[in-house]
Amino acid sequence: MKEKRSLRRARVLESLCLAPYSVWAVLFIVVPLLFVAYYAFTDNSFHFTLGNVTRFFTATSKVSGADGLDREVHTYLLIFGRSLKLAVISTAICLLMGYPAAYIIARASDRTQKVMITLIMIPMWMNFLIRTYAWMTILQDTGILNGFLGFFGLGPVHIIGTEAAVVIGMVYDYFPYMILPIYSVMAKMDVKLLEAARDLGCGGLGVLRRVIFPLSLPGVVSGIIMVLIPSISTFYISQKLGNGKFYLIGDAIESQYAANNLHFAAAIAFILMIVLLACMAFMQRFANRRAAV
Amino acid sequence: MKPAAKVYTALILLFLFAPIAILLVFSFNEAKSLSVFSGFSLYWYKELLRDYETLNSVRNTLLLALSAALLSTIMGTAAAVGIDRLRSRVLRAAMDTVTNIPMINPDIITGISLMLMFVFVGRLFGAATSLSFWTMLIAHVTFCLPYVILQVLPKLRQMDRSLPEAAMDLGCTPLKAFFKVEVPEILPGIVTGLIMAFTLSLDDFVISYFTAGNGFQTLPIRIYNMTKKTVTPKMYALATIIFFVILALLLISNLSDRDDSQILEAERQKSAALN
Repeated sequence: MKEKRSLRRARVLESLCLAPYSVWAVLFIVVPLLFVAYYAFTDNSFHFTLGNVTRFFTATSKVSGADGLDREVHTYLLIFGRSLKLAVISTAICLLMGYPAAYIIARASDRTQKVMITLIMIPMWMNFLIRTYAWMTILQDTGILNGFLGFFGLGPVHIIGTEAAVVIGMVYDYFPYMILPIYSVMAKMDVKLLEAARDLGCGGLGVLRRVIFPLSLPGVVSGIIMVLIPSISTFYISQKLGNGKFYLIGDAIESQYAANNLHFAAAIAFILMIVLLACMAFMQRFANRRAAV
Repeated sequence: MKPAAKVYTALILLFLFAPIAILLVFSFNEAKSLSVFSGFSLYWYKELLRDYETLNSVRNTLLLALSAALLSTIMGTAAAVGIDRLRSRVLRAAMDTVTNIPMINPDIITGISLMLMFVFVGRLFGAATSLSFWTMLIAHVTFCLPYVILQVLPKLRQMDRSLPEAAMDLGCTPLKAFFKVEVPEILPGIVTGLIMAFTLSLDDFVISYFTAGNGFQTLPIRIYNMTKKTVTPKMYALATIIFFVILALLLISNLSDRDDSQILEAERQKSAALN
């Protein structure tokens, strides 16, 4: 009898354990997201409106092109397109750089693996503002990179304030997020599978394409998501390395917030959230289908 | 490693550490320049120690990170225990989804969403500004919680369920069984979660930026304000100090991780012996 009672009491305690977190999660995770939607679809006096969302799609501004002529563009669609473009480029570079590195680390001795992963994580924990600022001083026209190139009689190159500088910043800041998930999948991969493929006549490239890559796909997908999401929504890198010339979607949200246009800021955030959700659903499905094959 | 692989990893490490090395070197620069090194000096470290606003923001950051880490570790550990015991699949899936939201959502959306709610609720109560230390603390606990839960949950799954049951059979109250038997088993996960929460909170800029009140400035926000103007090597001196603190924390967390693998190894040997 006593045992039963104490087991029942354990049950009650267990459900009590979850109570504070459940309340917290609803109040501070779920409800705030509802507030984004609420603000996005209301005006300053909290009456329903579609104005904020239509403004995102229809607002126009004049941009002077390379030929010196003014062109009429859709402001926010242009910004969103640019964010998407730079984020995709950065993610692709991270993947191309990170995949071989993850493979090399995963095949190294246990000790080397541990040291390498710690080394890769260290920059991640440095303040991201300082990291980005450091790149600004490196890439400046009179910065260290040009000093270095000049030493060899090369350059100078003008990078700061270009889209390339923003991409360099994104790649640097988010590179560890690509390498870590790919590494952790590869480290768990069964070496016997690779040996078997080789024994059965698969060449080096064949093993990579038919065995390693399909098996590492879950890591690749989470790496892509983990780099794409922060780089699409960043707002500091573009201000510092793009000299404020390349407004990204994060800058748009931040500047609306700074100007106290909370409803429009919410509308941009809402649209960004929907697009990212769609992207992720697509990626996951792609990964699942590939895994099923 | 093959030579080509060695060269490649060396290049990757060069890319990752060159900017940090530059920070470290130029923090000892005599002159104000961030590109020409003219001589060794500790001048900027002295300047930093005289900068009251920055020191105050360091104090604020530590206070916030410590409170957020403790709160999220306690609540997160309890939550992990609760989630681990959940029987209903639907509830478990719902919990997983909600826990994933702050990790998957871009920081800017987490920040904006909390800010909108704080502002709205503040307005309901007629407050001119509702953002303060407390709103930041709520925000930080919210984004730290998932990481704590994800550190503790696997440790609970690895634990032998019959251990706390045996303790209760032998007369322990459920609470006592939890603290005497379960906590020591999952302690490595709790410690890693605590350290992760602490460093995440320490480092966060975006969410803090949106949920900070005027009166309470954390270090990342202070750095943001500093980089709006031209920066002196004072900030690099600050970065250097942060770098070594982070290095120490990483080493500590790695050490606690090693304990953990020893425990696992011992467990494996034990079960092998039993079979």
